Amino acid sequence: MPLAYPLPTDLSPATVTNTASLLRIVAFVLISGAAIFSRLFAVINFESIIHEFDPWFNYRATRILASKGFYEFWNWFDPTAWYPLGRVVGGTVYPGLMATSGVIYNFLHALNLPVDIRNVCVLLAPGFSALTAWATYMFTKELKDESAGLLAAAFIGIVPGYISRSVAGSYDNEAIAIFLLMITFFFWIKALKLGSVLFGTLAAVFYFYMVAAWGGYAFITNMIPLHALALILMGRFTSRLYAAYSSWYAIGTLASMQVPFVGFQPVRTSEHMAALAVFGLLQIVAFAQLVRAHVSSKHFQDLLFYAVVLAGLVGFAAFVGLTFKGWIAPWTGRFYSLWDTGYAKKYIPIIASVSEHQPTAWPSFFMDLQFLIFIFPAGVFMCFRVLRDEHVFVIIYALVASYFAGVMVRLMLTLTPVVCVASAIAFSTLLDTYIDPVEPELPEDTESVATAPPAATHSGAASRKSKKDKSAPTPVTALDDLVAATKSSNSATKGIFGLDTRITVIVNAIGMLCFFVVHCTWVTSHAYSSPSVVLASTNRDGSQHIIDDFREAYYWLRQNTPEDAVVMSWWDYGYQIAGMADRTTLVDNNTWNNTHIATVGKAMSSTEEVAYPILRKHDVDYVLIIFGGLIGYSGDDINKFLWMVRIAQGVWPDEIQEPNYFTPQGEYRVDERASETMKNSLMYKMSYYRFHEMFGPNPVFDRVRQQQLPKVGPTLDYLDEAFSSENWIVRIYQVKKEDLLGRDLKTANAFAQGKKHKRSKPTSRRRALIV
Amino acid sequence: MAPKSSSHTSSPVASLWNSYMENTSGRLKLIDAFLAFFILSGVLQFLYCVLVTDFPFNAFLAGFASTVGQFVLTAALRSQVNPENRGAFKDISPERAFADFALGSIVLHFFVYNFLG
Repeated sequence: MPLAYPLPTDLSPATVTNTASLLRIVAFVLISGAAIFSRLFAVINFESIIHEFDPWFNYRATRILASKGFYEFWNWFDPTAWYPLGRVVGGTVYPGLMATSGVIYNFLHALNLPVDIRNVCVLLAPGFSALTAWATYMFTKELKDESAGLLAAAFIGIVPGYISRSVAGSYDNEAIAIFLLMITFFFWIKALKLGSVLFGTLAAVFYFYMVAAWGGYAFITNMIPLHALALILMGRFTSRLYAAYSSWYAIGTLASMQVPFVGFQPVRTSEHMAALAVFGLLQIVAFAQLVRAHVSSKHFQDLLFYAVVLAGLVGFAAFVGLTFKGWIAPWTGRFYSLWDTGYAKKYIPIIASVSEHQPTAWPSFFMDLQFLIFIFPAGVFMCFRVLRDEHVFVIIYALVASYFAGVMVRLMLTLTPVVCVASAIAFSTLLDTYIDPVEPELPEDTESVATAPPAATHSGAASRKSKKDKSAPTPVTALDDLVAATKSSNSATKGIFGLDTRITVIVNAIGMLCFFVVHCTWVTSHAYSSPSVVLASTNRDGSQHIIDDFREAYYWLRQNTPEDAVVMSWWDYGYQIAGMADRTTLVDNNTWNNTHIATVGKAMSSTEEVAYPILRKHDVDYVLIIFGGLIGYSGDDINKFLWMVRIAQGVWPDEIQEPNYFTPQGEYRVDERASETMKNSLMYKMSYYRFHEMFGPNPVFDRVRQQQLPKVGPTLDYLDEAFSSENWIVRIYQVKKEDLLGRDLKTANAFAQGKKHKRSKPTSRRRALIV
Repeated sequence: MAPKSSSHTSSPVASLWNSYMENTSGRLKLIDAFLAFFILSGVLQFLYCVLVTDFPFNAFLAGFASTVGQFVLTAALRSQVNPENRGAFKDISPERAFADFALGSIVLHFFVYNFLG
């Protein structure tokens, strides 16, 4: 049998196996190292702090857990969030992330490694990314073989689509959720393959962990039933499917209800009904199978078939009826907006206002997944070619996740694992084909030319036979394949000739892998490793200039205000104020009460006279806004202002109207041509208060909006400027108390500035209305 | 695979019953009796919930889920130890199936007791 290149012949199978497992272990160490170290850019370039907004709450909750214990955390009522209302944290949080860090923290302390809880939180995501790589390896191994598994692990270790949510310091639920997603799917596939209750139970236990960790568990709750349903419809029902699905559902559903935030949702809401329906259908199908084993009448089988179909329809109708009668809650807005993509923008502006909830553009697919995105369809196609039960799962997962990732940017995260798996299958098939040293035998040209039809059938049969021969021993690894190739003498009529073709393709493939690594490292270091708490800019000489206004202002609040001071800001900054400034906030990133947020939006977008009673009624002491006009920080509150207006308009449509904030031409401007409502709004006044003084005689210029502002800035009567950070990014205003003489603050201010007292109206009538 | 002995009886249900009684081993019949007990228990609990009250809803769910869960675990055990399904479960011996069943039941009842409240 011809070989393209010589192979050593005197190797014992044991040597080959041992070498293969040694290589696997080494590869795993390297993959884990790459996964962890590529996530450390932010820690090394800046410092070991928590990034973004949401992680600050997780961090604060974890600190409570680490210092006061689990039961305190479980029953924690936080009076400092949502100020007049407070927040029952134990019942409104997914506790998996905090519990995980708490366990690691206590474990390290038990080993006499006194690590700060902050460092545990910062480094949790890189640590779990290594575990994700391992789980992806196990998952892909079930689909193809170990070599594809290693490729998938290497892909997911460094792919930017996953790194973006798991850099060091990004202490968010997704940090552990993707690991739990992959491990749950692995156990599900394993349970389905073996029909084992043990693996079904393990899948349920990890499903429980996933439910405790991330709201995205609904994805698993719908993926597994969808897979089971597809298998039933394809006529692939087996007792293995019954054992795997039933044990997963029965244990997993009960387990998921233990999380207080989830509660009775698994039996009450539409998102969970698919799982219940498939569970019911499986019982019926299994019973029908049992009966069919005992009765052989053709007529009876037909009857059973109709009975199954009928039962399915009746169950579906019952579900629809229950939903309409209101016993089962319909889809929540967040979930529903995935189907009707225009829904959120029309009805729930607070969902549409989050930048992560926008549709994904094409370049971000290429940026996050590089060459994986175009070999991903090939991998899915190869799953079709094999199409065992587990390949159906990958195909469904790929379709569903692709759709969701197209609808919403943040769901790119759930697409990334399946892209890595499918690409690894495609890529390792390519490598298998071109590394395989077996050369095809030359077809007998003369014979086939002479007697065309019989030769064609003969060669067809031969190729089919040889295919069968090849697949019969089922080579587990590429190395087993090599060994098999040296020993067996099966002949192939299809294959690759010569060493040069092999080398061309393999060099190209390895080149793609190398560029992938370079791309991933570049994207990670440039795009995804900047803590939003500190802003970095580069000076002309290439040195780094750090803008640290956020922490400057938050620490000012922490050290210079009374401990029970109430700070009002837009909800984006609620968690950071609570975490860094340690002060009471009105609204925060957990947007559970829309009206309360709309109240803040109304205060920000109305005139001082209207806003002041709102502020006083809510005991607000300080108002904090973000202003980027001086240094060109575009994510400031003036740019978010329209969302405040829209959210307030949703609750008070006759007091706040969005068109009033535009110029007559329909432009959103802040210069002289800005509308009067805009100029008189509290947000405008607070942002540009004393701004013109920075420029002296020069024109006053807003560097974000690129507009020239009027020479005379706005005046404030009801607020005092308390603090403005170095670059004016954070501005804090103190709410004045009522005037001691009972005048309204505008009059009092005018009097203090020596303006002429107008006698047109008695002062007592113009007192600010305080109820 | 389908054993037949019963096309001479008139009613399909009766033929099913006869075939079942003739062709099922004692062990499987024991398991089936157990399954019937679960169905009875589940139906009674459900009737109580519908007719009387569902007030401690978590207690109802825990009790009902324990019967349903135990039912499906036992049914899975039944299909795993059924000699007719040897082909489907190549890697699971009856002993292994029983150990899996025991483990799944323990985990299930851990959650049930936690949820009873």
